[in-house]
Amino acid sequence: MSETLVAQDVVERVLGEAMSRGGEFAEVFVEDRMTTSAMLDQRRVEELSSGRDRGAGIRVVVGETTGFAHTADLSEQGLVSAARAAAAVAREGGGGVREIALGSLREYPSKAVIAPDSVDKAKKIELLRYADDMARSQGSSITQVQVALGDSMRHFLVANSEGVFATDHQVRTRFNISCVATGDAGMQTGYRPVAGTRGFELLTMEAIEEAARGAAHQAITKLDARPAPSGDLPVVLAGGSGGILFHEACGHGLEADAILKNASVYAGKVGQQVASPLVTLVDDGTVTGEWGYLAIDDEGQPGARNVLIENGVLTDYMWDHLRARKSSRASSGNGRRQSYQYLPMVRMTNTYLLEGDADADEIVAQTPRGVYVAQLGGGQVNTATGDFVFGMTAAFLIEDGKITAPLRDCNLIGNGPEILQRVDAVASDFSMTPGTCGKDGQSVPVGTGQATMRLTGVTIGGTAA
Amino acid sequence: MSELMAHAERILDGARGDEQIEVYLSQGVDTEIQAYQGEVENLSSASSSGIGVRVLRDGAGGARVGTAWAGSLDESAIIDALKQARDNAHFATEDEFVAFAQPDGVAGVQLELCDASVLSTPMDEKIAMALQLERMVRQGDPRIRQVDAANYSDFVAEAAIVSSKGIRASYERSGAFVSVEAIATDGQTDQTGWGLSAGRAPHELDLEVAARDALSRATRMLGAVKPASMKGTAVFDPRSTATLLSIIGGALSGEAVVYGRSFFANRIGEDVASPLFTLLDDPTDPRHFAASVYDGEGLACRRNVLIRDGRLEGFVYDTVSARRAGTVSTGSAVRGGIAGSPSAGCRALQLAAGEFDQAEIFRRVGNGIFVESLTGVHSGVNPISGDFSVGITGLMIRDGELAEPVREITVASTLQRMLLDVLYVGNDVEWLPGSAAGQSLAISGVAVSGS
Repeated sequence: MSETLVAQDVVERVLGEAMSRGGEFAEVFVEDRMTTSAMLDQRRVEELSSGRDRGAGIRVVVGETTGFAHTADLSEQGLVSAARAAAAVAREGGGGVREIALGSLREYPSKAVIAPDSVDKAKKIELLRYADDMARSQGSSITQVQVALGDSMRHFLVANSEGVFATDHQVRTRFNISCVATGDAGMQTGYRPVAGTRGFELLTMEAIEEAARGAAHQAITKLDARPAPSGDLPVVLAGGSGGILFHEACGHGLEADAILKNASVYAGKVGQQVASPLVTLVDDGTVTGEWGYLAIDDEGQPGARNVLIENGVLTDYMWDHLRARKSSRASSGNGRRQSYQYLPMVRMTNTYLLEGDADADEIVAQTPRGVYVAQLGGGQVNTATGDFVFGMTAAFLIEDGKITAPLRDCNLIGNGPEILQRVDAVASDFSMTPGTCGKDGQSVPVGTGQATMRLTGVTIGGTAA
Repeated sequence: MSELMAHAERILDGARGDEQIEVYLSQGVDTEIQAYQGEVENLSSASSSGIGVRVLRDGAGGARVGTAWAGSLDESAIIDALKQARDNAHFATEDEFVAFAQPDGVAGVQLELCDASVLSTPMDEKIAMALQLERMVRQGDPRIRQVDAANYSDFVAEAAIVSSKGIRASYERSGAFVSVEAIATDGQTDQTGWGLSAGRAPHELDLEVAARDALSRATRMLGAVKPASMKGTAVFDPRSTATLLSIIGGALSGEAVVYGRSFFANRIGEDVASPLFTLLDDPTDPRHFAASVYDGEGLACRRNVLIRDGRLEGFVYDTVSARRAGTVSTGSAVRGGIAGSPSAGCRALQLAAGEFDQAEIFRRVGNGIFVESLTGVHSGVNPISGDFSVGITGLMIRDGELAEPVREITVASTLQRMLLDVLYVGNDVEWLPGSAAGQSLAISGVAVSGS
């Protein structure tokens, strides 16, 4: 694992080449990623797949322009020709090849205890079967189970003309289970993910069991679901269920690329009260083992804990190298990329709302009528307007302060800045959920988290009156 | 024979006696340019290549398949992928329905899908298009306060699929796109709108169309309000309809059907939609951007009628789902690049054109809501249960004309209900990138959640 992807002298020469046409900044990112995935569907192991992707992405910044090229050819010749292609954006510049001298390499070893490639494939299959059995044993209405397991070992090296020279080994493991329950009124689905920036040790029997039971029960419970209401209602988000709301509703709008283009509703609002005083929002790459954890980001900047909103007041945005450089400040460790084939941009890591001191049961008891959300699915936001939607995949009606009938899947819709003002209770039962964040065609693993909390009003997109 | 095909055949020669191999090779080049405030923000050019390999071994209880891929065509990467795929095959469950595609004698419809001018067009011209598009939108209306990004992108790609079963397919394709997102303001709130133009080469692109679309969508949404909840008719614009069709197409996948994961399962011959609704998947129609000579297993693509006059006629199948269903492949295997295995899916959906243009549909509908964009489609539509609930923006239709803009609302129903409630299909077909073309579509009885 600790083999060097590309020798230091080669990296130095490639950077020199990249800067030779008058570049102001150049970066070489070399990546070698091995992934495996396995899927059990209808009790059959349908697919075991292994993949490997190696290559380098090189960017050169000249004025307002970034030139970028990538190659799968990691020979010096291959890298130099990619460097020339990236440098071609600098039209008149010159001065010949620049001398770049890097210091010693900063190394970040993986914290994984059991490396995925050391685990017998048969052992992984056994785990899938165990999950399948466990889910099916929850009730005869469970008619279908799909279980997937995947892991990736991502080794990368990043060096730039400002002296960054670092290498990281990121190991990630994920497991997810989907169940279909069939009843008189049709089929319903249940889903649970387990994922972390960890090795195979993540997948304990207990974790698998809990996920399998949870997914099965979610599907079975929804067999009795009634259509969700339509219109504005108070919403209680269960702990760990709704972090995505804050990821979508305000996280994306706090990314410095949107801010610098004045394409976010939060631009120019640092120091202003943008949320209820109960809201303290943090993006934190340092939470070891979480799905969005990173020792260093994809630009070599150490992951950091950044407070974005404190007691409702906007304190800072999230920054990558390019955006920070334009604003003469430091990156916040939020420069990420899907792979060497993409340019890095500002991305979240683990984004969560700090817990409060209310009691989760009390919050429900003090809600005469509303919707209790036990799990949210995906979401989407327009950062320029703040309008967002997200799906409820497990929700219940709250009647007279009690959680009652399960509801059919539907979307919630709202506006980020408005919803932030409507947080009127936050409990102390904090937990996190893994997810995949998509932005401009790139996907990265992220974590989201919150404790049980209430929003005074959200539009529920159901069909019932 | 192409070089890539020759390469694939050499890899195939390495198959052992007790196994079948399928090799999928691809390579391509692409360009991406983003313009921002009169300057080039990003300029990216890249070439990539890769291999996806599947190894199949027959056993007493059926076949097992193992898969591996690599983002390179290096000798060592290929050898390693083959070794991993062989190893992975040991762990699959034997399955009597698992097989590679067998050549079925259907000849591919020859289509011209690659325009070499993508490669010969100078980079400066491509850059100029991105810059011009950005300028057209920025200067197109005083209410535009920002152009988030104006993009130009293109690609030329080549692929070959060969197998021990005798599959020999190779094809080339190209594409060029421009897109732009505008932010308009009325001093109080902002609205966004995006426009695009797509073709197989830069000379097919229409900057005017992309700019006009972005401008009109952003500016006419200014002052949008949240309307009261109601039940009524929604008219989906061509882009939104294309999104709807691709969701419906997912439920028409033979794979979803044989696994009981589709609300269309066991309903062949039933009237599942309004008689106005005829849906086909036709990758042999070159007007589709996703048109293709071969499917993801190397069989010829063909025209498949899925719903005719409201009656469910068929599904799309790849080899394995067809065998499970006791039928034959419809040439509808899709695969997500080198890392993806083939599965059954629609790639070029098209709704038979109706009688009326959009304005006439508005007149006939009288009062309702015009849907210009859908959000939360992935989280809000369940292709198994058919539950449908998505966020929309658009304009009210009053007395047959477009009226005030509306936002922060959802439209909900079930896909089953919506298909039966189709009132009008437009004659305004738009060929869009993605797996479906679109046209105006009016659906009654949807629940609109507002305030």
